[in-house]
Order: sequence, then C-alpha cells, then structure tokens
Amino acid sequence: MRISVTVDGTQYTDEVEPRLLLVHYLRERLGKVGTVVGCDTSNCGACTVHLDGHSVKSCSVLAVQADGSEITTIEGLARDGELHPVQQAFRENHALQCGFCTPGMIMQAIDLLADDADPDEEAVRTGLEGNLCRCTGYQNIVRAVRSAAEKMRGGAGPEAEQVNTSTVVAGGGA
Amino acid sequence: MTSTLEPEVGKSRRRKEDARLITGRTRWTDNITLPGMLHLAVLRSPLAHARITRIDTTRARALPGVVAVYTATDLDPDSAIALPCAWAVTPDMKHPRRPVLAVDTVHFAGEGVAVVVATNAYLAQDALAEIDVDYEELPVVLDMEAALADGATLVHPELETNRNALWVFDSGEAGTGGDVAAAIDEANGADDGIVLTRRFRQQRLVPAFMEPRSTVVDPTAQQITIWSSTQVPHILKTMTALTLGLPEHKLRVIAPDVGGGFGGKIAVLPEETMAVLVAQKLGKPVKWTESRSECMATAHHGRDQIQDITISARRDGTVTGLKVDLIADMGAYLGLVTPGVPLLGAFMFNAIYKIPAYRFACTNVFTNKTLTDAYRGAGRPEATFAIERIMDELAAELGMDPMELREKNWIRHEEFPFTTVCGLTYDSGNYEAATSRAMELFDYAGLRREQQQRRESGDPVQLGIGISTFTEMCGLAPSRVLGSLSYGAGGWEHAAIRMLPTGKVEVVTGSSPHGQGHETAWSQIVADQLGVPFEDVEVIHGDTQSSHKGLDTYGSRSLAVGGIAVVKAAEKVVAKARKVAAHMMECSEDDLEFAEGQFTVRGTDRSTGIGDVALAVFAAHDLPDGVEPTLDSDAVYDPENFSFPHGTHLCAAEVDTETGRVRLRSYVCVDDVGKAVNPLIVEGQVHGGLAQGIAQALYEEAVHDESGTLTTGTFADYLLPSAADLPNFTTDRTETPATSNPLGVKGVGEAGTIASTPAVVNAVVDAVRHLGVDDIEMPCSPMRVWAAINRREPDGSGIGGAEAGGGLGSISAQGGAQ
Repeated sequence: MRISVTVDGTQYTDEVEPRLLLVHYLRERLGKVGTVVGCDTSNCGACTVHLDGHSVKSCSVLAVQADGSEITTIEGLARDGELHPVQQAFRENHALQCGFCTPGMIMQAIDLLADDADPDEEAVRTGLEGNLCRCTGYQNIVRAVRSAAEKMRGGAGPEAEQVNTSTVVAGGGA
Repeated sequence: MTSTLEPEVGKSRRRKEDARLITGRTRWTDNITLPGMLHLAVLRSPLAHARITRIDTTRARALPGVVAVYTATDLDPDSAIALPCAWAVTPDMKHPRRPVLAVDTVHFAGEGVAVVVATNAYLAQDALAEIDVDYEELPVVLDMEAALADGATLVHPELETNRNALWVFDSGEAGTGGDVAAAIDEANGADDGIVLTRRFRQQRLVPAFMEPRSTVVDPTAQQITIWSSTQVPHILKTMTALTLGLPEHKLRVIAPDVGGGFGGKIAVLPEETMAVLVAQKLGKPVKWTESRSECMATAHHGRDQIQDITISARRDGTVTGLKVDLIADMGAYLGLVTPGVPLLGAFMFNAIYKIPAYRFACTNVFTNKTLTDAYRGAGRPEATFAIERIMDELAAELGMDPMELREKNWIRHEEFPFTTVCGLTYDSGNYEAATSRAMELFDYAGLRREQQQRRESGDPVQLGIGISTFTEMCGLAPSRVLGSLSYGAGGWEHAAIRMLPTGKVEVVTGSSPHGQGHETAWSQIVADQLGVPFEDVEVIHGDTQSSHKGLDTYGSRSLAVGGIAVVKAAEKVVAKARKVAAHMMECSEDDLEFAEGQFTVRGTDRSTGIGDVALAVFAAHDLPDGVEPTLDSDAVYDPENFSFPHGTHLCAAEVDTETGRVRLRSYVCVDDVGKAVNPLIVEGQVHGGLAQGIAQALYEEAVHDESGTLTTGTFADYLLPSAADLPNFTTDRTETPATSNPLGVKGVGEAGTIASTPAVVNAVVDAVRHLGVDDIEMPCSPMRVWAAINRREPDGSGIGGAEAGGGLGSISAQGGAQ
C-alpha cells in the first residue's frame, strides 16, 4: 500500500506492506533509528512517538494507519539547534543512564505536559506508567518532568525555553 | 601560582553522554545497517526437555528472500564448538557442552534449534513458521531439591548427576576463624545460648535491560568485525577466538551504545557465535536482534537459590557463629561465570559483623531451565539478604531492637582495617556515621511510635520498619584472589592517555560502559590529574581496535579498578612532560611543581603549560637527549584488595492486612561509597539499584510452569516496576575514603540493589510479625502477604511453586488469582 506521512517535518511517500509496524517503517525505511524497540507487547514504551500531536507506541500502530498523518520523533524535537525544554530537563536532572528508554520517555513526558501543564509527583508517575526504565528508578525522571513543566510555564525562565502549548501539542516537526 | 580552579572530582557535572541520547543520535547495535546485510532469526524449542527426532527445513528454505536455513549439523558438523564458561569452581566441576544450536536434545525451553538467514527480519520470522521439527518429549527436572534426589531425571545424562559442584569455605579449616559446628553446639548447650535456623528463597529474576540483545557481524572487513550489545567486548573477542579457533588478531569487537546490562550482558552468546559462523559461511554481513520474548526466555536469569541459614548467639545478642548451606540453580547450562556467582557471595554472609566462626557450602545444580549467571550484585545480594533477614529474626527472638543487635555486632569504626572471618581485610568504613545519619533522616523513633499506635488500635493498615546495614566487596578484582578461586582470568584494568598536539586529551579505557557515565567521570578524573578543562577530554571505549586491552564492566569495578588505571596513566604523562618542561625552561626537574596543568619553577613565576609541552613534543625539534617524542602513556592497574562500600538502608512499609497490599511509605538510605567523583551519577546509580532491589522484594519473579515453560515471558507477565510502583527515595552519603586506592573510591553500581531487598522484606515482615508471621517469600505480592497473615499457603507446591509477582495476564498453572 502507498502511504504519505510527514515525519519530523519532512514528507515521505512509500509503498509498504500492510503488516509493517510504524516503528519498523520509521527505523528501517526512514532511518529514524532514534526511536527504538524495547518489547513486543506494547508494555515498555521505548518506541513512543507523536502521531498528530498525541503520543502513541509506534510498535502498536501499523504504518498504513499513519497514512496522512504528521509524526514527530525524538529526532524532530530540537528546533534551530535548541533542545526542547524536556530534553534539557532530562540532561539537567540526570534522568537517563543507558538512554534506551529516553526517547520514548521524553515523547511521553511532552504529551503528559500537554494534558497537564503542572502535574504533581503522582500525576507524573501515573502519566509515565506505560514507559519502563530499568536504570534510574524514575526519581530523576519525575524531577525532570516537573522541572520542565516549571520552565515551560508562560513567562518562566529564559525566552529560548518558552514553548507555547499549541506548539507542544503539534510536536516539534518544524 | 595560587589555586583558583575547583577540582573536577566531586562536582555534579552533567553527563557528556546525554547530548546524543536525548536527541536520538545513538548507535545501538540494531541501528547498524551494512550493504548486503542479511538477517538471522532463531527457531527455539517450545519444550524444556526433548529429543529432536526430525528437522525439515525444506519449505522454509524455499520461501522468497530466504538465503539459508542452518541446523547444528550445518554450523558445527563435528559438535566441536562449546560456548565458554570461564569459572571452573572446583577441579571436579561437571561441565556439559553448550552448543551453538541444539544437536539432538533440547535442555530448556528457548534453546536454539535452527537459524534462518533472510534478506529482511520479517521474512526471516516468516520462515521460522515453516520449519518442521519433531520432538520426543522427555521428563523435566525443575525443582532444585528434586534434581539432587536419588533417581532424579538427569538434565545431562552423560554427567550422571545434576550436581554441578560443591564448593565449601570453612573458617576453621581456612584458619581465618573458629569452628562453626562447635559454636552452634555450644550455643545449643548453654543457658544463655540461642540457635536460629531459617530457610530463605532467592527467587529467579530476569535482568531485563531495556535494549534487547543484538549482534552484527561483518566478515568483509580486514578483521571480522562483531558489533554486539555486550558488557564485555574484550572478553567476547578473546573468547570468540578460543571458542571458534579463529586467530584473535583477525577479530574486532565493538560495543557501541549499549542499553543497560546489569550483568545480563556479561555473556558469550550462542547467537553471537552463530552470527560469526553464518557470516563466514555466506561472506555477507549478518544481524541478529532478539525480541523481548526471546530475551526473557533465553538471556540468562539471575539469583535462584535456596538458603538454609543457621546463626548462633548469646542471649545478650553477641553472634557466635554462622552456617550457610546453599543450593543454587545453574539452569540447563553454564554461562561465562554461572557456577561462580554464588561464590561471589561466599565472603559476604558475615557482612559488617564480627562473627567468629563461619561455614559456607554451596551445591550448584542443573535443571531444565534457562541458565542463570550474573545479575546486578551477583551473589552479594543473596548473601546480604540472608544475613540481614536473619539478624531481624534473631532480634525478634531475643526481644531486642534490630538496630541495637546490629550495632552490638558490627565492626566499630576505630577497628579498621579489620580482617574478617573470611580472611578479607576491610580497609575502611564507618557504620556508626551512616547509621546515625539514616536514623535521623528516617525518624526511626517516630515511626516506631506510630507502629505501636497502629498495633494497639488494631488498624487494618499496619506499619513495619525494615533495616539493612550492608557492605559489599567491589572492584572486581585482585588477580591473585581470582586465581585462588580458579577463575579463568585476572581482574586488572587498562587505560591509556594520548596527548594531542593541540593540548586536547584522548583517554582510552578498557572498561566498557552501558549507562554508567564513564565518559563524564573519567573526564573529571583526567581534568584534575592533567589540569586540562573537562571539555578538552574525550573518553574512548568499547572498540577493541581503539581500546585494545581491557576486562570490561561488571562487579562495580569500573571506577575502583578502571578509574585508577586512568590515574596511573595520567601520572606517567606528567612524569614524561616534566622532563620536557624542565628542558624547555632550562631547570632541573626537581625544581618544578605541577599544578592545574602548569609546570612552575619553584619560587619563580616562570611556568609552562602541559599543552605547550604537548606541542613541543609533537614538533620534537628540541627534546632532551634520549627522550622519546611522545607523552602518551598507558597503565594496567591490578588492585591489591577489594573495596568495601557500605550503608544503612531503612524502609517503612504499610501493609494492608485485609488485602495483603504493601505500600512503601518511606525509604531512606545513607551509603558510603568512598569519594564520589560525580555525586549526581552516584545518586543515580543508587536510585536505579534501589528500584531493582525493591522489585525483587515486591514484584519480580521468573516463573516456570510444571513443564518448564516460562510463564512470565513478556513484560505483560513479568512485573518490571513502573514509575507508579516505586516511592520517592531519600538518599544521602557519608564519605569514608577507601585507603586502597589514590582516589579513595569504592564503587557504587550494585550497592542499592544489594542493600534494599532485605530492608523491604524486613519491613513487610515487621508490619505483621505481631500477627504471627516470621517470613514471607519473595516477591511479597498481595496474595503471599495475605496468605501469610491468614496462615494459608499461597499455593500447594511449597518452595519452588510460585506465582507471578502480580503481573497482568499471568497464566501460570499455580499462579493467577485464587
């Protein structure tokens, strides 16, 4: 089947097998290997991307289901060389060790903040329940997400770090 | 020159590694694609023990895109290849051959039977379904005690036993302490004596690193190049040469970005080996990447011991003896260090206590299950669990506060260095300081009051307090000690420093990180040693072509061994540079001081920077006679002793007596890992370690059904905790430097995992002890806790029979909802 998708701001048209998973399309066909596969039961969330502004586990979406959609991956978040505040917060708060879950965790965290701009600790923990990390014990991830929320709030922090809500929802595909 | 620079060591530097990891610019093995690359998929046995009577690959071979289908006969016609085990723990250890693919019998569910080679991964998977295998089912042996009984079904009939080895350490025989049998007899016979015996079970765990294992082999390069998601690229290179009889200099191994390991990637895999064989046969690059289900069933598991512990003491709480009888499940085969894992705990059961008599005996046993091997802590969490659990039990029997009992027996800070009943010399420690800080952060007295109130009011939610005052042996390992334990290699580590003409620095390390942050921490060490900016240091690792020598990363060894090698290499660079600097400034070497990257002539303001010296050496126009034009240096460091981090962990758990549900109310730990090079990284290691240790206490268990099928074979069934399942931790540190190395570091990679499991289980048991409970088997799932309170067996099968740790959709025959 022929599909057309926009991934991280670039449009692609490809013939794909109906059974091809979106994550494999991204990785094998488009070379978007920043998005990774961690399990085969949609439990780990390592493959999380944004599909039309909302987080999905790309191992649980067929490439053909994404036809006509806009997809943002971890590789499309930074704009003009400037990291997304959530990316910065992950680094600043040591919210990653091996980094394998990180792309999915960051994409899910951005989705979570789009729904709830000021989540308390429990809201962050619950909101990230579908993304597994084996290295960090999650504490610094929670800290990073809450710190990013603070920086992303209107008027807070330096101008470069301010991102308005609609941009976040639409993902970073510039 | 006055000192203006703050030392790098001790700073919470943000990690250099993160820039690529947070943007997806990573190189995981599965990301690697080469021209003409073919994909492997392994057909695995669904049965735990069976004879293969027929394999027909014809239909699979005929599918479009399928290049080849191989069985054991194709890849190893003489059955000559045996995957390595580097640790023959006893001279008479039984060691079955572990083949690349099963030949005529499969010994565990998941063992490889055939391999498909296809042009893409989907087609390779399709072809697996078209291979016909006829199996003749054989009886299985899964329970360790059943495997040791007379007339037991044999996993490997040719060995004539399921007993792999019996390994004993006895302090009386070793001359390092008294005779434990005498100590127990004495306690039994005396009015003021007490002897306590308990059986604990260390359930089987899955390491569950997030990146599934993957390997790419390119036979078209000058050297056969193996990329692998491994913790041990150097060991893999040497072992591949030995296993396959390939010339070692024709091999290159690269561990690119590796997504976690926790011991689970200390291995030489059948799949790595078969990838080399297939790539050589076809002359094409090949890739194997496993699915998570494949990983759960076939990557080695951890723990799985039955621990019979006897402790003797006087009524005043003085411990007089400790006797440990273990049975350890090897699974169906021996991996790289499988039989030695329990031995790593042999010297740790005595922990921080002055126990005068000690005996340890471990029987290793084969079963028809996935093999076990190292998992975070490897032997030491098991030891710590047993001693910390039985100390709580002893305290309860004696009616003593469990912390008071510990304090009565632990090594006091003024008694260091202290030689233990195992003959190890603990160089430093301060258990009083860590404990006092932890008690303060925890509000021990306040929580005990609340516990009393809840007991008195008959609150359905009871509160328990659990303690773990742990130590561990880290920095694996002094080579002579490994030699005395019959390990197949040494324990040194290599580092090299290259001074570039522009003054920048390349550091080559033989330890191979997979999340620990070596690039950052090593940069901090070198920045201080050479007085160069942190940003000017690049750390090179994980490729045997650039980092040619090393023993890799495990056993909390990277900093305590590999980091010290870096220091030693830097000292050599400075020594070489000093000669040249003296020549440049026309003074004697003795007149030079080196600080913050500058050689200064003592008492003057004349100085020259190490970067200027590097440039002068590069030009080599005017060097002292006989001086080689290089500052580059390397060092191999072999530690004299282990390092001994310690800490006090306190857990408060609420137990709902009506549902059995456990909620961790508070977790406080104060660890002493010696000098912290990067406190932020140290804290992160502790957090992650705690999560894994708590998960063993409450959530995780690898469960096999009665036919040997792993029923917790996916992340839907094996309960890896999510953010919602873990509490916020309160962590702090005391800093008692190690005296055995120049940085004073001890290692931190395993501490949290080793310490936390008994703290949590002690807390859970403490919450319901007044209801007559004195043990709950791990994981302390709601069903097990409820059953313990209500005096009901959670299932009918006793030890070994098990339920899933509460995972969704468990289909265990015994588990699931009752």
